[in-house]
Amino acid sequence: MDFTINEDHQMLAETLRRFLADAWDPETRAVAAYEAPFHQPDAWSQLCEMGVLGALVDEEAGGFGGTGLDIMVMFEELGRALAPEPLLGTLLALRLLVAADAGDDVAALMTGERRAVMAWAEPHDLEAVDDITTKATRTGDGDDVTVSGRKSAVYGGPGADVALVTAMLDGALAVVAVDLADVEVTGYAMIDGGGAAELVMEDAPGRVVMEDASAAVHAALDAGRLALCAEAVGAADRLFDLTLGYLRDRKQFGRPLATFQALQHRVVDLSIELEQARSITILAASSLDGPDSHRHVAMAKHLVGKVARLVAEESIQLHGGIGMTWEYPGAHIAKRLVMLDAQLGDADMHLRELASSA
Amino acid sequence: MDLEFSAQEQAFRDDVRAFLSDELPAEIAEAVRTGSELSKSDHERWHAALQSRGWLAQTWPAEHGGPGWNAVQRHIFEEEAALANAPRIVPFGLNMLGPVLIEFGTPEQQAEYLPRILDGTDWWCQGYSEPDAGSDLASLRTRAERDGDHYVVNGQKTWTTLGQHANRIFCLVRTRAEGKPQAGISFLLMDLDDPGIEMRPIRLIEGDHEVNEVFFTDVHVPAENLVGQEHDGWTIAKFLLTHERTNIAGVGYAVRGLANLRALAATTVRGGQRVIDDPVFAARVAELEVDLEAMAITNLRMLSAVQDGATPGAQSSMLKIKGTQIRQAINDLARRVLGAGASPFPFDVLGDDLALAPPEARANAAHYFNNRKLSIYGGSNEIQRNILAPQIMGG
Repeated sequence: MDFTINEDHQMLAETLRRFLADAWDPETRAVAAYEAPFHQPDAWSQLCEMGVLGALVDEEAGGFGGTGLDIMVMFEELGRALAPEPLLGTLLALRLLVAADAGDDVAALMTGERRAVMAWAEPHDLEAVDDITTKATRTGDGDDVTVSGRKSAVYGGPGADVALVTAMLDGALAVVAVDLADVEVTGYAMIDGGGAAELVMEDAPGRVVMEDASAAVHAALDAGRLALCAEAVGAADRLFDLTLGYLRDRKQFGRPLATFQALQHRVVDLSIELEQARSITILAASSLDGPDSHRHVAMAKHLVGKVARLVAEESIQLHGGIGMTWEYPGAHIAKRLVMLDAQLGDADMHLRELASSA
Repeated sequence: MDLEFSAQEQAFRDDVRAFLSDELPAEIAEAVRTGSELSKSDHERWHAALQSRGWLAQTWPAEHGGPGWNAVQRHIFEEEAALANAPRIVPFGLNMLGPVLIEFGTPEQQAEYLPRILDGTDWWCQGYSEPDAGSDLASLRTRAERDGDHYVVNGQKTWTTLGQHANRIFCLVRTRAEGKPQAGISFLLMDLDDPGIEMRPIRLIEGDHEVNEVFFTDVHVPAENLVGQEHDGWTIAKFLLTHERTNIAGVGYAVRGLANLRALAATTVRGGQRVIDDPVFAARVAELEVDLEAMAITNLRMLSAVQDGATPGAQSSMLKIKGTQIRQAINDLARRVLGAGASPFPFDVLGDDLALAPPEARANAAHYFNNRKLSIYGGSNEIQRNILAPQIMGG
């Protein structure tokens, strides 16, 4: 048994940590995460040039990673830096393209030549994957189609080049690549920073990437869920440290808050829950793409969603007023920790799933 | 034992309902319903409507212009007002300074300031907390030094709610450095136009401007603006805290919040079913309802005791803790019902065409974050527990 990450992963983590801490200092983030395109295109280009996106793709498809542990290492650093770069949308798109053996497209995404996102949710039911209304219609004998419908909460959508859109084609779920220049894209910030988009497509030209794609879409979403869990662990880790530092520095009634036993116990409880979140994320990362992949990811997304909210709420309360100001970096971490539960299905959805499959 | 309101109280409730239905401007109620920011003039309009009925200064005795209500009547009004989406009465002049002046002010101070609170000429704000004096309020350091017929004030206050609308501020200041910290504090009234006062906005976690920092540099304040005795401001601070704690449970807000939550969960579909049909979610809502019913009765038990002449003691701290827990739990579920639909920022950014939530629910995430303040302000829940512990455990 060995729970240490290997040297390659350590190097990847350290490289990302240095780069993201520099690119996303708190002052920059408090502004750039909320102004279109809701991330820093320069920083994104540099990330691509550094070659780190290859960690999300296996060797056969041209990358150097692609395992659950690769995803975990990268997104933990994204979370620690609270960087709203569109890595989640890119991961989802890469997983679909790799599954579809679309080698050239994978290469273009890894180098940053193009940026793609995945568009699966629809406003009538933001959790439904297969029950969708967006339709693709063939325009000839080949892969060309037109697509009509509406997609919601497309993470990383603002400023992206291509959307991999789920659509009904010949009675089954298909994935269609649509150039976002042909789509009405409404980009917006999320309350925790970073960008999402609403897409309205009316006979938008598209190219079929994969037919009978339901299993691949679900698998991509599981990879995304693991990524969000790892992001939460990184962000919670940092917020926990900030909170600890504050409790040590802040004095009331003539002594540091850290000396009050009532607060010490809460901090200890938090650290126990954080370890739980880290462990279930490691389990999900280790099982990704294996037989228990979906169940372990559901467990992780449930538990991490709960713990992330707890860390956020307790950290705000332990700080007092300062913890809920825009100026305080911890407040933005707390927002991210609460809101990432809502992405790709929340703690309750995954609990339902676990309960019904038990 | 009789848990029913008396016929007289029922009739009063009908009066309040009729008043709210006739006099609460529809656009103001709509702004409250959808969580839009209220302008200064929205607040002023609502205050004026209440004042024209004599219902504005609800905690003041009749001889000073109050309606002469008892605690149960105030409770009934608060409950009905919350259900009707009325704005909260801005409390700083009406529920905080007014009662202080009536209890501790000179006849001259009462004559000068009370009418101006009633007619809206003055908008007061509160200068209590400081960056280094939050939970430990008595450690405050803003100095007021006597210089002839003036005090000279230097220091900083923070968390001054809606100070951006105010023209006056009441402050706790330090007039004596020696002795126990509590024994050197005074209560001082200031005009925000006085030279040396600067107000700066604080942006909150959800992005709104609701509170401020106030800086004082050699501000000259006439000595007659001292309320009560010099160095005896802590007595006033403690008195004021009990007034701040009327409606501390927020039962009306919780009832409205729970009804909105149910309605939203009944119309939102996620994962192929209405959210309210998810047994896990429905159980959470039911648990909250049980908690809320119990708290409403605890609240009435306290009101009834107050009516019979008791001073609210431990129960008001208990109600603050339980009330804020329930309201924050409602805010949490109201955000979670929407899933990813709670995220857009600002909450109305998608307009009606692309919105992911009905108008009254779009600000649910912002409300959730903003209402983390409920367990922090007015004496944090930890401070309430500190107050309760010796009362319950002795020693």
